[in-house]
Amino acid sequence: MKKEYVYRAFERFWHWTQAALIIFLGVTGFEIHGSIRFFGFDQAVRYHNFAAISFLVLIVFAIFWHFTTGEWRQYVPTWENLRAQAEYYVFGIFRNVPHPTRKTSLSKLNPLQKLVYAGLKVLVIPIMVVSGLLYMFYRYPQRYEVLSLNVGGLEIIAVLHTIGAFLLASFFIAHLYLVTTGRTVTSNLKAMVTGYEELEAGPVEKKAQPVLHEPVLSE
Amino acid sequence: MKRIFFSLLALGIVFGLITTALHKNSSEGTPLARLKEGHKTKAKPSVEHSLFPQLKKTFTRPQEVTAACISCHNGRAAEVMHSTHWNWERTEYIEGKGIRPIGKRNVLNNFCIGISGNEQSCNRCHIGYGYADATFDFNDSLNVDCLVCHDNSGTYVKQTGGAGLPDPSVDLSKVAQNVGRPARTNCGACHFFGGGGNNVKHGDLEEAEFEPSRDVDVHMASEGPDMVCVDCHTAEKHQMLGKMYSVSSMNRNRVECESCHSTMPHSDDVLNKHMLKVACQTCHIPIYAKVNPTKLHWDWSTAGKLRDGKPFEEKDSSGTDVYMSIKGSFIWGKKLKPEYIWFNGSASHYLIGDTLDPSRPVKMNELFGSYDDPDAKIYPVKIHRADQIYDTGYGYLIQPKTVSTRPGDGGYWSEFNWQRAAEEGMKQVHLPYSGHFGFVETEMYWPVNHMVSPKEQAVGCTECHTRNNGRLASLTGFYIPGRNYSSWVEYLGWGILALTLAAAVLHGTIRILISRNRKEI
Repeated sequence: MKKEYVYRAFERFWHWTQAALIIFLGVTGFEIHGSIRFFGFDQAVRYHNFAAISFLVLIVFAIFWHFTTGEWRQYVPTWENLRAQAEYYVFGIFRNVPHPTRKTSLSKLNPLQKLVYAGLKVLVIPIMVVSGLLYMFYRYPQRYEVLSLNVGGLEIIAVLHTIGAFLLASFFIAHLYLVTTGRTVTSNLKAMVTGYEELEAGPVEKKAQPVLHEPVLSE
Repeated sequence: MKRIFFSLLALGIVFGLITTALHKNSSEGTPLARLKEGHKTKAKPSVEHSLFPQLKKTFTRPQEVTAACISCHNGRAAEVMHSTHWNWERTEYIEGKGIRPIGKRNVLNNFCIGISGNEQSCNRCHIGYGYADATFDFNDSLNVDCLVCHDNSGTYVKQTGGAGLPDPSVDLSKVAQNVGRPARTNCGACHFFGGGGNNVKHGDLEEAEFEPSRDVDVHMASEGPDMVCVDCHTAEKHQMLGKMYSVSSMNRNRVECESCHSTMPHSDDVLNKHMLKVACQTCHIPIYAKVNPTKLHWDWSTAGKLRDGKPFEEKDSSGTDVYMSIKGSFIWGKKLKPEYIWFNGSASHYLIGDTLDPSRPVKMNELFGSYDDPDAKIYPVKIHRADQIYDTGYGYLIQPKTVSTRPGDGGYWSEFNWQRAAEEGMKQVHLPYSGHFGFVETEMYWPVNHMVSPKEQAVGCTECHTRNNGRLASLTGFYIPGRNYSSWVEYLGWGILALTLAAAVLHGTIRILISRNRKEI
């Protein structure tokens, strides 16, 4: 076992800010949706819009970070070990079998995580951002404007936004639970808080895709 | 440790920014303050009419007063005679009917129904003297009643059943020497009492508007800007701004809140965006008939019951008429939430002689508009419903003769005979009567525009943005956040959430059980 620096300062800042914003957006969003009552509708709208803009700012920084550090490659989905990883969660985990994928600072995500996070990044989040912006800046069709740019109503936009919200909410639940499935129950959580995690020592196998660039943020 | 500190600090900064930004100050901003400031100084009359020799005399006929007015105010009578206040008619384009002269002579309502044949009584509210029947001379400027609008003495009253002539008790000389800008009482004397009593017709125009509190009318309250009717209903050459859709059709000459308050009156942009589809009145007039009840339903078919051969009236516990032999039964309402419709500013009208379909309510003045109409907004309306007389043979509404001026003239209010009232009334409008009558349901739409409430009492978000029984529940076919949702997305979404949670709980439980077993071994 070797203590490794897995999650860098920005990565952790990004993760926790994103987590807080998504929870906040979820609560205010489901209040606007009519599912819950918490802040009051008008406050919920105001908060939701503000948090949404904050989230956009965060996303811009996160995208910049992912590309400059090359960390985006962590999220490229792979077939390799995908089945093994799924089988691990269904059977292996109960028999105390070790994780089929080795976690290293250069390959932090197992194949299932890669798939799910890639899905969030290229599908769910973009849907939420685009439908959210359309929702926020939606203007009802008016006379003397370019008619072909008119969207007939909020319905399609709002329903898409709702679908995304449900997907994110169920991801949130699964994510919270899967945090406990690390080497120990709290090891994943500790790693995301401190940045350090006890990982298996030894050279990285060739199969795992190493990050090509050296991380820009040197510690 | 340093890193934890750094992350926490960064998080703290972000949330600090969020919370401070969310606590926006709610100050009104300057535009409203400027408007209020502008109404602090009230217009003062520029001349003292009581000093004019032309008015310091005894007038025996009201027409003499008019002559005195015209002797200085050269040409003003001609302006008045171009107005709808005088002509009770305007030429309008009605969708589906073309360009038509419409007004009180050919548009019926579902209160006292119509003026034809009843001029002696109804036309008390005409701004002229002696419009007692169809032969009235609209070109005689001496019949213009300057005083009904310009009396500032508060003593001018038109005679009941006097076809617009002043009550004999009125001291014309005193009134003539005290003329000025129209006050609330001048407009209210007619516009608050249409339909035969206070607040019968509009629901938002009634005697409480003479001296309203701020809660009743934020504009006219003396503790507020203390505005009068003509502050909004301004006039150029005696042509008043504004009209009512009971007798007008086109989207023109309207009084707009926006002309003073601008199209972006709120500090919150989300509220300003509402204005594309929601009229100001919809949120800012949460209830109407705030002080006194207004008539909601009028059933003419029960009229005519007599006790010992005499007409009678029944009142409810609050002293409101619920039955009158001459008019039938009424339902009144007070402190009412308006109904809401899409309205683009144009209307149609039931014109005398139009055929009707008795199987559904006749719309006396259909207000046009729909969600898809880019010109339409959601407006609050009072809908007055009635059962009124129609000709079952010809299939059109009947103009009954109600007012009786001499014995045997068929006036329903003294003879209680629908056959005679129908015969005589239809003669007045030059239409045949088949001899068979029935009662048909009718609806009349009254946009609610007055008695704007203080902003604190404006309709709150969740009165419309709510799943059930919101104010806009009857307006369907479009998406309102918080009200509408896709039911399959809802089932699927909550289903997926529940499954995920169940899977996590199950998986976790098994893990715990297994690890416990392992320890025991």
